[in-house]
Amino acid sequence: MPDLAYHNKPSATPPLREDDHSPRAPLSIHDLTVAYHRKPVLWDIDLDIPEGKLVGIIGPNGAGKSTLIKACLDLVPKASGLVQVYGQPYKRQRSVVGYVPQRESVDWDFPVSALDVVTMGLYRDIGWFKVVRRKHKDIARAALDRVGISHLAERQISQLSGGQQQRVFLARALAQDASLYFMDEPFAAVDAATERAIVTLLKDLQSQGKTTLVVHHDLATVTQYFDYVILLNMRVVAAGPTEEVFTAENLHRTYGGKLTLLAEAGHALSQIKRG
Amino acid sequence: MNWIVDDTWIVIIGALTAIACALPGCFLVLRGMSMMGDAISHAVLPGLAIAFLVTGTRASFTMFIGAAVVGVLTAVFTQWITNLGKVDRGASMGIVFTTLFALGLLLIVQAADYVDLDPGCVLYGNIEWTTFDVSFEFNWGSTLVFVPRAAIILGSVALLNLCITVFFFKELKISAFDPELATTQGINAQLMHYLLMTQVAITTVAAFEVVGSIIVIAMLVTPAATAHLLTDRLHWMLVISAIIGASAAGIGHVLAIVVPPLIGFESTTTSGMMAVTTGLLFIVAWLFAPNYGWLSRILSRKDVENPFSGPLPTD
Ligand SMILES: Nc1ncnc2c1ncn2[C@@H]1O[C@H](COP(=O)(O)OP(=O)(O)OP(=O)(O)O)[C@@H](O)[C@H]1O
Ligand SMILES: [Mg+2]
Repeated sequence: MPDLAYHNKPSATPPLREDDHSPRAPLSIHDLTVAYHRKPVLWDIDLDIPEGKLVGIIGPNGAGKSTLIKACLDLVPKASGLVQVYGQPYKRQRSVVGYVPQRESVDWDFPVSALDVVTMGLYRDIGWFKVVRRKHKDIARAALDRVGISHLAERQISQLSGGQQQRVFLARALAQDASLYFMDEPFAAVDAATERAIVTLLKDLQSQGKTTLVVHHDLATVTQYFDYVILLNMRVVAAGPTEEVFTAENLHRTYGGKLTLLAEAGHALSQIKRG
Repeated sequence: MNWIVDDTWIVIIGALTAIACALPGCFLVLRGMSMMGDAISHAVLPGLAIAFLVTGTRASFTMFIGAAVVGVLTAVFTQWITNLGKVDRGASMGIVFTTLFALGLLLIVQAADYVDLDPGCVLYGNIEWTTFDVSFEFNWGSTLVFVPRAAIILGSVALLNLCITVFFFKELKISAFDPELATTQGINAQLMHYLLMTQVAITTVAAFEVVGSIIVIAMLVTPAATAHLLTDRLHWMLVISAIIGASAAGIGHVLAIVVPPLIGFESTTTSGMMAVTTGLLFIVAWLFAPNYGWLSRILSRKDVENPFSGPLPTD
């Protein structure tokens, strides 16, 4: 991986406010409830994510993991609750938050190149009525390089493999040089090599003091990848450092009576004992 | 073939219409909302009729405003119905535009008792007559040039769409490709959606008189779809679709004059031939486009380069 210091934004130190119960947390969520058509999907979420952690969001399908991320980013309306990013509402902190959506969320036949898609992560920096300049393309190219696909920069995006498309999305978030990242299933349908590359990248981000929340499905690798986990199933079942929270009992409560999943959890736990 | 100055104007007006339609048309096609043009172009009828009934004149400007407002409302209603209930966008569009269209027809029939507002003309337009409605005239060297009103209107709309597309290129692009990302970048994707819908409404209404409410759909969608087959870059798609639309205007008018006499008919309507020409160009592109055409797919299927001759793939 090439060096990371290519796009330095002055990192704003957010002002402290006394009424927040943890004003410095990259992400703090109070009393968040989200519903679709009046049916609650997230109920009373309370979370404080400490700085510089690599956080796994774990839970069964339909648990509300994607919804949690979208609610933090104002992409779905909240029924109630408050989300703060470094002690301020998300609206004022857009530039420090990066988002890697699920891959199915866009039409890959759209007539744009990989480089174009990465450049879109910079549109906020570029601003209204301004055109994309050489320096923006350079930043985008560096981001593609960092995920190892700069040779595919000019390709139309439907001509990339699934793993390469995932890397394009990652590059787009990297180009933004945020300090808090949300990634929705970046490991979905990627091969072992891509998974390793992404993990290396995540650890890189962590070593730079950035906070990353990753929706993850493979219980077997949780302890290996994440130092903090959120177990989610409509409510927060448990959240905290992996070694404290990632227990058989909590997994039981998260996944309910789904037997195959429990078997998987058992496997995951045997990995903990070995590791 | 007997080419007079009116023929030149017809081609110019047709080309301006095509360009005005092609630019928003590209974004409609890419968003999978081609039928929105259809919906809006039908739904504007009651706007036309109400503007007429209220003001009692066929003054274009009021009718234009009335129709444009209803056009935008179509997009708003469609969005509401989609958001509120378990109705997908296609169905809500269908509900909104058929209702408005029916209402419009009723009103037009009412209005028609007082003055001539010909439903047929609304559907098919009348490009041949637009040259008689002269807006102003000027001397160009020794010849007197009569500028038809339609040329002014469609020229303005084409220019407006060009400006919007150029100035909001980034924003239109990101909102069409990934509305969620647009939102996280502080660009209101919903607002861009309504900007596009307003463009479509204005364009449809302006193109109405010239090509009618049915053929305007062909002009919105077909050149854009054709251009999408020919390129992988959005800005080229916009340029190519405008060129295709404009050429279709020229070719269509010539065909309208030349073809029917060959088979023993009177010369036919240019707007119809324009639509036919865009369809033909689409088929040509579908067959022969360099990367996505049927022929190149067939030919390249067995033509595989040796993967072991160059450097090994790194990925
Ligand atoms: N747009 C929507 N309208 C209605 N219900 C929705 C919508 N999006 C999600 N839901 C429902 O909300 C619940 C949570 O969905 P969400 O996508 O957040 O789950 P998830 O944890 O990300 O699941 P997965 O692991 O399958 O990605 C699900 O029951 C889903 O059916
Ligand atoms: Mg999900």
